[in-house]
Amino acid sequence: MDQGKPRHWLAVALQLGATGGLAALLICLVGMVEEFSKRYIIVDLLEMGQAMLLLILIATGYMTARRLADRPPREQLLASAVSGLVPAVMLFALVLLIEPLNMRSVFLNASPGLVDILTFGQTGGAALVLMAAAGTIQALAGGVVPHLSPRTRAPLVQAIAWVGLTGLLADILRVTFTNIPGAIFVLGWMFGRGSGKGLSIPGVVVVFGLVAYATYRRQKRPAGAPGLRSRLDGRKARLVNIGLWAAAAVILYLLPKLLGPYLSEVTNSVGLFVLMGLGLNIVVGFAGLLDLGYVAFYAIGAYVVAVLTSTAVGSEAGQIVWGPGMSFWLALIIAVLISVLAGIILGVPVLNMRGDYLAIVTLGFGEIIRILAGSDFLKPYIGGSQGIVQVGVGRIGGLVTFDKPQTVFYVVVAACAAAGFISWRLRDSRMGRTWKALREDEDVAQAMGIHLVSTKLLAFATGAAFAGLSGALFASKIGSVYPHSFKLLVSINVLSLIIVGGMGSLPGVFIGALALVGLPELLREFSEYRLLMYGALLIVMMLTRPEGLRPEATRRRELHESTGPEAEAPPAGMAAPGEASAGD
Amino acid sequence: MLRRFLERATLTDVFMWFVGGSIVTLVVVGSYLTLRQGVYTTRHWFDFLVFGLAQGSVYALIALGYTLVYGILRMINFAHSEVFMSGAYIGFFVITAMNKSGFLDDNPLVSLSALFLVAMVTSVVIAVLLERIAYRPLRKSPRLVPLITAIGASFFLQEAFRTMFGSASKGYPDVDALQGSWTLTGEFIIQKIQVLVIVAGALMMFLLYLFVMRTKTGKAMRAVSEDKDVAALMGIDVDAIIVRTFVIGAALAGAAGVLYSLMFRQINAYIGFIPGIKAFTAAVLGGIGNIPGAMLGGLFLGIFESVGPILFLDGLGVAAPYQLKDVIAFTMLVLVLIFRPTGILGERLATTKA
Amino acid sequence: MTTSVLSARKVTKRFGGLVAVDQLDLEIADNAIHAVIGPNGSGKTTLFNCITGFYRPEGGEILFRGHHLERFASDRITRLGIARTYQNIRLFSNLTALENILIGEHSHLKAGMFSAVFRLPATVKEEELALVEARRLLGYVGLSGKGDLLAKNLAYGDMRRLEIGRALASRPAMLLLDEPTAGMNPQETREMTAFIRRLRDDLGITILLIEHQMRVVMGISEKVTVLDYGQKIAEGTPSEIQNNPMVIEAYLGKGSASAVLREAAASAR
Repeated sequence: MDQGKPRHWLAVALQLGATGGLAALLICLVGMVEEFSKRYIIVDLLEMGQAMLLLILIATGYMTARRLADRPPREQLLASAVSGLVPAVMLFALVLLIEPLNMRSVFLNASPGLVDILTFGQTGGAALVLMAAAGTIQALAGGVVPHLSPRTRAPLVQAIAWVGLTGLLADILRVTFTNIPGAIFVLGWMFGRGSGKGLSIPGVVVVFGLVAYATYRRQKRPAGAPGLRSRLDGRKARLVNIGLWAAAAVILYLLPKLLGPYLSEVTNSVGLFVLMGLGLNIVVGFAGLLDLGYVAFYAIGAYVVAVLTSTAVGSEAGQIVWGPGMSFWLALIIAVLISVLAGIILGVPVLNMRGDYLAIVTLGFGEIIRILAGSDFLKPYIGGSQGIVQVGVGRIGGLVTFDKPQTVFYVVVAACAAAGFISWRLRDSRMGRTWKALREDEDVAQAMGIHLVSTKLLAFATGAAFAGLSGALFASKIGSVYPHSFKLLVSINVLSLIIVGGMGSLPGVFIGALALVGLPELLREFSEYRLLMYGALLIVMMLTRPEGLRPEATRRRELHESTGPEAEAPPAGMAAPGEASAGD
Repeated sequence: MLRRFLERATLTDVFMWFVGGSIVTLVVVGSYLTLRQGVYTTRHWFDFLVFGLAQGSVYALIALGYTLVYGILRMINFAHSEVFMSGAYIGFFVITAMNKSGFLDDNPLVSLSALFLVAMVTSVVIAVLLERIAYRPLRKSPRLVPLITAIGASFFLQEAFRTMFGSASKGYPDVDALQGSWTLTGEFIIQKIQVLVIVAGALMMFLLYLFVMRTKTGKAMRAVSEDKDVAALMGIDVDAIIVRTFVIGAALAGAAGVLYSLMFRQINAYIGFIPGIKAFTAAVLGGIGNIPGAMLGGLFLGIFESVGPILFLDGLGVAAPYQLKDVIAFTMLVLVLIFRPTGILGERLATTKA
Repeated sequence: MTTSVLSARKVTKRFGGLVAVDQLDLEIADNAIHAVIGPNGSGKTTLFNCITGFYRPEGGEILFRGHHLERFASDRITRLGIARTYQNIRLFSNLTALENILIGEHSHLKAGMFSAVFRLPATVKEEELALVEARRLLGYVGLSGKGDLLAKNLAYGDMRRLEIGRALASRPAMLLLDEPTAGMNPQETREMTAFIRRLRDDLGITILLIEHQMRVVMGISEKVTVLDYGQKIAEGTPSEIQNNPMVIEAYLGKGSASAVLREAAASAR
């Protein structure tokens, strides 16, 4: 903290409480609390809306305690409690004022349903007491957390997180595992009956216990201790590796049949974003070039495939109607090549631009592409706002047609695997180092003999290739392309997921995609608030954990203050087969 | 000197010169063809010009916010577009209430003043919250971090407004006092609204200029944008000045929001996005950090965007040229940043390499 | 007279109205240790920036082994055999020490994207050798075992050493050191001074250094050039410079020369 005089604990509590209260008011007024209340995390006990308020209050209490870390514990806890009281009072004020001020005419979500949820179904004095008590206790819980030993904290946090996750995804999990014999009994016992009901109490206990135990055990293993695999000698290790790959291949082959059409479709969407994420990861994560117009390449890939494979491009009524009806695979290759070309062409103008300008200009490019795609000017060639339909699908001989989600799955997985492999090899190569040097200090990088122009253009080109591939697959998967699929929103999506996952980190891309694309697809309530949560997530992540959830090993230390030399220990058990750490 | 220049020219320079040259050629040829065809009379061009001037005033006011913040913090306040939007949005509720009660038509002057006040206060509140919560903690972070935070804040605000107040577009009611138009010499008509926008815009820009040049705070702002650390050593409270800069930029943006809404009438949570980018383009065009530059850039961009599509593209036979007005604006941004990155009036920031 | 490896003639660099380097002539002898000194703002770092391609001088020429450096970008100049360190230390902070040195080797490695993705045997071999070389350099500059530390987490003295190691990685014929002993205590300064001399003696590299500490300048340089307000005001051996009245006045102000010289004469007795 760079303040001079230490502030009174009450002032801190009130300030943070007000911030927490604002956040709580916000999620109430945007309608999340009411909308999310339909889904239970723990059956009949805790629903999502309540859970969100709970999280806010715990966070408020936690931050208050952290901010007062140098004060006596009694003061900290007192402050935490107060910081929970403030939001409660603010929410009560909202409840009181909704009717008299006719707030609903302005704030559409200030509904009786909301009031019900907030007041726990009570009115007047009883409501106030309940809300105040709830707020204080929840914030107090948050305030206690810093005082727990790290040994207890990590298992606790992880266990709670996993309970939340399993509760949210209860329906999906139930459906997925129904096909496994015998599972149906376990599932019935662990989850509530009916849809959207979440975990049952026994289920909570099971998940909590398992995760807490696993985290606790994993903690006990000293950092840097060799994992099971590295303890084997060369040949055995290779055999184990091969075995693991084989098992992975089998699982991947069976997966779509297990998941069924809906979940396969979700996985495909996630996969397409993983593909784009890997590409943008090279441009932004490795080379440090903030490209906000990344969707342009996605669009180009999609449109090239659409134009080449469709049999009905353009509109009738005297204008050009054409459609080469080319084979999908050929169109795919052409699409990727043209995307690469586009990457170079759009990269040249921005070669000399600094971070902020680069961002805006690339954003402009993305918008230009979208506007042109939907314009009447180009309508005869690419369909204008009506888009292009009857996009071709891939076929192998007459045997396999990739038109169902379960079959498209394999193509998507193959594409992701290829892109992931290429990224992985590049990361540890001279090229990867060159990009990272560019990111760190462009002028000094040049003084190392690095040719800036070709380095930047290669980054753009590679990123564009991945995006073009993803776009091509997208067009075929949907069967049509429309200009409104290629808004800035997509670029922001991709950027968000690599930031949340960790810039420059390959596993991070997968995690980010799962969290930011998979989760909203699975939880329908989220779709309305998707962008809202992206925005909030970006802000929160930059403020608290800018290196992402699963950072590039070095980047983890980059963005936090480090205290002196420390040996680099690979995260316990996280090294993938063959993944070597840099250096010795 | 030409020889030295040729020595240094690289392949990419040649490519860009070619592209730039082609675009300029297209523009010139298109303009010539359009004018020769004579489809549009002087009156048409006058209408385009006036409209562009009004739109440009709005851009200029928003651009000032960008340029002020960039001058002080060296960051693009990506969320400034939402600061603009928030003023317009809350203004909607106020003006609707006043319209319903009849207050608007009875006391147009007072009503409009109240409208401006509320909008500007809203924008200021949003901007100050942004600064405290999202920007201040990140002042020392690597460049990318505050930029991403700003992007997140921008989307967050857009969506918050949409989900809180509903996705439907909101319409500003008719203001009787502002209906109708005035006829200048001959057949040149100018709408009252447009006059309001242009005059109000010019007035505010003038006031701002005076403020920055003459007042103590203004001088302190200029000092902080020159060198933050030295200004602190001179006893200037840098944090307070930064907040004040945000406040001023936001106030202007809020006013711009009202003017925009009175002109275009339909508003929603996304009206900030495109004008925001255009305003940033204007700020860069005039030279980022340069206050008169932002004003000129805004006006110029507004006119360019109003006149450009028809003038450049109609003659070339492009269907529905107005759809492409954003393309024209963005293209101009790119060309300016490539060929004259310091803008028309020149950036006031030094760039050293080692 | 030994041959000049670097010849700068009438080099001029302007920033708006300010002339940072004014018609400067400079000859650096092969395999010499040549110091450039002068008060703050006299144009020393600007001169370095002109030589290494960070700035384009408005006038004059800089010849290095027959090449006109004033026309080239910094990557080409590095490939010609000139490397440098920076006054304010510009390491790649978020990369490891080893990675910093590996990047230094960039100009004489060849692997591109294709060979990286497909792990061609030639590339694998090249990377292995590069790694061996990098570790060797780490050891040479005294940073053995610290290869996996992030550059930003190194101790200050180690950072300076790493920067030199990174510069050496490009196998330069000439090394420009910008205030290599800034911020060091006397012990560290002595070590750095000895190290610089070793660089020249062992590797045959010509050294051009900017220095503020007179002890260092006097200790190891063979020739000293003094700048003031972008102009060369004196040049010669260290002892010649020490007693040059113009030099004294540049540092200590007008009229100080006589006083200082009297002092020096007195203490010599």
